[in-house]
Amino acid sequence: MAAKTLFDKIWEAHVVKPVEGGQDVLYIDRHLIHEVTSPQAFDGLRQRGIPVFRPAQTIATADHNVPTLHQHLPIVEPLSRFQVDKLTENCREFGIELYGLGHAWQGIVHVIGPELGITQPGMTIVCGDSHTSTHGAFGTIAFGIGTSQVEQVLATQCLLQKKPKRMRITVDGTLASGVTAKDIILHIIAQLSAAGATGYFVEYAGSAIRALSMEGRMTICNMSIEMGARGGLIAPDEVTFEYVRNREFAPKGSDWEKALQYWQTLHSDPDAVFDQEYYIQAEDIAPMVTYGTNPGMGIPVDGAIPQVSAEGGASFEKSLEYMGFAPGEKMLGKTVDYVFIGSCTNSRIEDLRLAAAYVKGKYKAPNVRAMVVPGSKQVEQQAKAEGLDRIFAEAGFEFREPGCSACLAMNEDKVPAGKYCVSTSNRNFEGRQGPGARTILAGPLMAAAAAIAGKIVDVRA
Amino acid sequence: MQKFTQLTSTIVPLPNEDVDTDQIIPARFLKATTRDGFGENLFRDWRFHPDGSPKQDFVLNNPTHGGAVLAAGRNFGCGSSREHAAWALYDYGFRVVVSSFFADIFRGNALNNGLLPLQVSPAFLHQIFTAVAQDPTTVLSVDLEQQIVRIGADGPQEQFDIDPFRKVCMLNGYDDIDYLLSMKEEIEDFEQAAQP
Ligand code: SF4
Repeated sequence: MAAKTLFDKIWEAHVVKPVEGGQDVLYIDRHLIHEVTSPQAFDGLRQRGIPVFRPAQTIATADHNVPTLHQHLPIVEPLSRFQVDKLTENCREFGIELYGLGHAWQGIVHVIGPELGITQPGMTIVCGDSHTSTHGAFGTIAFGIGTSQVEQVLATQCLLQKKPKRMRITVDGTLASGVTAKDIILHIIAQLSAAGATGYFVEYAGSAIRALSMEGRMTICNMSIEMGARGGLIAPDEVTFEYVRNREFAPKGSDWEKALQYWQTLHSDPDAVFDQEYYIQAEDIAPMVTYGTNPGMGIPVDGAIPQVSAEGGASFEKSLEYMGFAPGEKMLGKTVDYVFIGSCTNSRIEDLRLAAAYVKGKYKAPNVRAMVVPGSKQVEQQAKAEGLDRIFAEAGFEFREPGCSACLAMNEDKVPAGKYCVSTSNRNFEGRQGPGARTILAGPLMAAAAAIAGKIVDVRA
Repeated sequence: MQKFTQLTSTIVPLPNEDVDTDQIIPARFLKATTRDGFGENLFRDWRFHPDGSPKQDFVLNNPTHGGAVLAAGRNFGCGSSREHAAWALYDYGFRVVVSSFFADIFRGNALNNGLLPLQVSPAFLHQIFTAVAQDPTTVLSVDLEQQIVRIGADGPQEQFDIDPFRKVCMLNGYDDIDYLLSMKEEIEDFEQAAQP
């Protein structure tokens, strides 16, 4: 039998039928939906007069549009309220489980899937959201889809997909102190550029990846899309199995044993061939920050903004102009107005612990507004149980309720025009955190440090 | 979905690279629950000042340029998976986006909505920008059946690639969903077989 990659194994197990012209009909095990990219899909079903094919394999939550304060009250903003209500109606009409506002399991779709044990190794998972790649941390083929495809999956539990090419990125060695999973992925994207992995599905491997917790692995896979990859995945191991074990929807008893047996086969064969391979040494990775308007524009925190981009051109200049930075400048010491700790990249309990441990006993700089937005109701409860909410409050940080929040600024959590925000989210696009907002991406530790210092600092110093 | 066979149109040049879907349609305009009307907010923050007045230097506000073809720099449509980006471009009146490179999800979304993501070589894209800069009335002719794109009446032309299945869908205006719905039985058989 020919050697196979992990990706091949999972993909092949889900091909219902190959179609002429190079597409496969791919079976989808779990479909996650949220309020923003689903209403038009449900309308499509209604127009066709067809039901949801496998409602039990579909899970819904409200996250993108929800306020992060006073979630027990009706949503004030009428359009947001309408969209969230629409999701509730659609789920009721089509028989889909909804963990909406007020539910103990509500949260960012990519945070709740894993924490509820819905996400399991070997599965195919899709969602109308590009950061579905997060779930790949469990050895899962997970990717974002458009609304037409949401409709297809609702109607048939399948998608027509062309198999992507395979890439492996191996990170070996030991991370320096103060360097986190977020820095690994920002480093990788800076190396490969914002389009460097387009057309590929990426497997992350190597001792530095193995050494990460599930939270860290999710942070890495989450940002695969930021270099153009359809998704990223990591072979499941003991860390994965321990994380999944006993979670709400994880298999139990003899089902668990059977599942585990299968999951243990989920790794790339030793002589499997990848279309593209990269090797990175963990010791070379420094705490990272971005200086531009795509996630590929990242540098070590003590580095200087390049003179010209690798690709050169007007887009680079436009980007720096938007950010108010000049080529050759240092990022260290740059003033910060906002700090956002949250998003599906870095809003899990481990992220909050890391930030809380840093800010404990300190107080934020007077020029900074700092927000901590937990990824889910469960993360929020856990943080409170550990007293992290108090640590944040005593440090002058706002500890809010779960949602996407300032990651995409669809609700009222926005960064004003021209202001700088150090954000643990995944996108620094123009206007992403509000019209005119200037985003500097970093990990939770660097973000916490920036809030205390009121400027960009090196956590290693 | 509307059929697409061929088109000849003037070109709107947008040489920016890495145009992400947050620029094409910012998140705050994603609150609608239908597919219509997104064209109004296409490139909202590049097109309008915060007070709603047009930014004169943005190409969509420049009366010299117009047409159903948008020519854009490499890695067009990166970022968020929002299909609203394809809806906004289509609703505004674009039928073809030409670039030297498209982000994956955007490409799929465009194809599912009758908007042709036409990938050309970097050199050909450069020729398009040069031709439009010299003469804004330059047209681009796209023939999907033949997979040929040509600049001007008798200018340079290039063969382009498209997945054969997608081509048939575009030419006939088929959605994937029709195809998948016709496979219900095979899907059920697959489910049965996959049960341990
Ligand atoms: S947190 Fe941000 S990136 Fe993640 S799902 Fe929400 S909006 Fe998308």
